[in-house]
Amino acid sequence: MLELSGVRIAYGRTEVVHGVDVRVPADGVAVVLGHNGAGKTTLLRAAVGLLRPRFGRVLLDGEDVTALRPYERVRRGLAYVPQGQQAFPQLTASENLQLVADGRKDGEARTDEALDLFPALRPLLGRRAGLLSGGQRQQLAIARALLTAPRMLILDEPTEGIQPSVVTEIQEAILSLTRRGGLSVLLVEQHVGFALTAASTYYVMESGRVSASGDGGPASSGAVRAAMAI
Amino acid sequence: MDAVLGQLYAGISLGSVLLLIALGLVLTFGQMGVINMAHGEFLMAGAYTAFVVQQVFDSAGLSLLIALPLSFLVGGLLGVLLEVTLISRLYSRPLDTLLVTWGVSLVLQQLARDLFGAPAVEVRAPRWLQGNVEVFGTPFTTGRLFIVALAVTSVAVLSAVLRFTALGRRIRAVVQSRGLAETSGIDSRRTDRISFFIGSGLAGMAGVALTLIASTQPYMGQTYIVDAFLVVVAGGVGQVRGAVLAAFGLGVLQAVFAYSQSVSTAKVLLLLVVIAFLQLRPQGLFSVRTRSLV
Repeated sequence: MLELSGVRIAYGRTEVVHGVDVRVPADGVAVVLGHNGAGKTTLLRAAVGLLRPRFGRVLLDGEDVTALRPYERVRRGLAYVPQGQQAFPQLTASENLQLVADGRKDGEARTDEALDLFPALRPLLGRRAGLLSGGQRQQLAIARALLTAPRMLILDEPTEGIQPSVVTEIQEAILSLTRRGGLSVLLVEQHVGFALTAASTYYVMESGRVSASGDGGPASSGAVRAAMAI
Repeated sequence: MDAVLGQLYAGISLGSVLLLIALGLVLTFGQMGVINMAHGEFLMAGAYTAFVVQQVFDSAGLSLLIALPLSFLVGGLLGVLLEVTLISRLYSRPLDTLLVTWGVSLVLQQLARDLFGAPAVEVRAPRWLQGNVEVFGTPFTTGRLFIVALAVTSVAVLSAVLRFTALGRRIRAVVQSRGLAETSGIDSRRTDRISFFIGSGLAGMAGVALTLIASTQPYMGQTYIVDAFLVVVAGGVGQVRGAVLAAFGLGVLQAVFAYSQSVSTAKVLLLLVVIAFLQLRPQGLFSVRTRSLV
C-alpha cells in the first residue's frame, strides 16, 4: 500500500533521517513511535510530499510517487492529518470541509459521513476554525482528511496537546476507522498503549533510524517500551 | 457647505481610484505576500489597451465597453506571465521579488515609450461620461462618478468571488497555509496563477478608468503605486473591507489637506498620518482574529 524505501532526508546539509524503510500493508495500521526529534514528523512529511527525500523512494500502491507534489498524492488516495491541529483559521469549519468537498460528486455524502464521526462539529460549522478549541480543530482536521475518500490515511500525533475527554473521542474515531476496512493508516503517536492497540505493525525511531520494529498489538508493549527506554 | 461637499467628493473620487488599484494588490500583496512593483505598469497597460481599442473602434462609448474586459484580460495575462517566469521562483524571498518586479516595471515603461512614444496619448471619454451632475448644488463630474461605480462594483464582485465560490475558498486556503492546502488536494501553484490573473486584471481595468480623469503615458503607474500599497497596509493586509475603508479614508484626508495646503505638502501630511496610524495599529484597520496561532 504505502512503502518508504531507503529514505534519507536532509534539512540543508544536515541529514536527519538516515535510510529508513517503513511499510504500511493494505488495510493495515503501522505506527511509528519515538522520542521528540527522532525524525517521525520529517518522515511523514516526506511520505505526503511536503519534503523531498535526498535518496530513497515513496511508493503508493506500487507506484513511485516520490516526485509527485502533495495534491497529486491526495488525488491518488493519500490523506494527511498534520501535527498541531491544523485548520484554515479564517475559514469557517464548514468552509474547511467544503474546500475539500468542492467538485467531488460524493462531497455532500462524505461530509455527512465525516460529521457523523465527529457530531460535536455540527453546531460549530458556522464558526471560524481559528476560534475553535484545539480538540475541535483536530476533529475538523481528521474530518477534512476523510472527505477525499482516502485509501491511505497518515496521522501525525492526532492526540497531542488535547484535553483528555476529547483524546478519548479521537482515539475511538481512529479505531473505528481502522476497523472499517479499505483504509490503511500510518500513525505517529506518543500514547504507546493506544498506538499498539491500533497497530498491526510498529516501528520505533531513534535519531533518524528505525531502531526496532515488529508486529503490533498490546503484547508488544514490553518490547516497544524497552526499545524506547521508558 | 459647497466647499465641504466639493472636497468630500474629491476625496471619494480619489479614494475610488486608489481602491481600484489597491484591490488587485489585496490579492497579490495582501493575500499572497508578493510585493509586485510592476502592478502600476499593469494599470498603464490597461490604459494603453483603451487607447488601442479606440484606434480600432471610432465610438468612444463602444470602445470603453470593449476596453474594460479586454484590459482585464491584458493585465491578467501580463500578471500570469510575470508570475510563471519570475515570481514563482521567488516566493518567500520578498526583497528579491521587490527588486525583480521593479526591474520589470522599468522594462514595461520603456516598452510603452518605444511603442507609443513618451508624450501622453489621448483617450476620448464617451459623450455620456462628459459633463456634470449636480448634487446639493455641487457639480460632480460624470467620469468620476463612473469610477466610483466601477470601484464599488469591483469590490462587490471580488468579495463575492472570495466569499462564496470554490475558487475563493481555494485562494483563501492557499493564502492561509500553502502546505495544508496542498495536502488537502489543492494545486496551490494553479491557484497562485489564478489569483495573480485576477489581481493584475483588476489593475488593467483600473487603467481604463484612469483614462477618464488622467493622462495616459508610460509613467502613469508610478503615480499611484505607493499610495495603493499604503491603502493595503493601512487597511490590514489581505482584507478587502480594510482596503475599502483605507482607500476612501486616505482619499478624503488627502482632499482635506489639499484644500488648505499645496499638493506636495498634503502628500507629506498624509504620509505622516499613515505612519502615526501604523505606529499605533501595525496590523492596520482590520486583522485576523484567532483563538491561537495555527
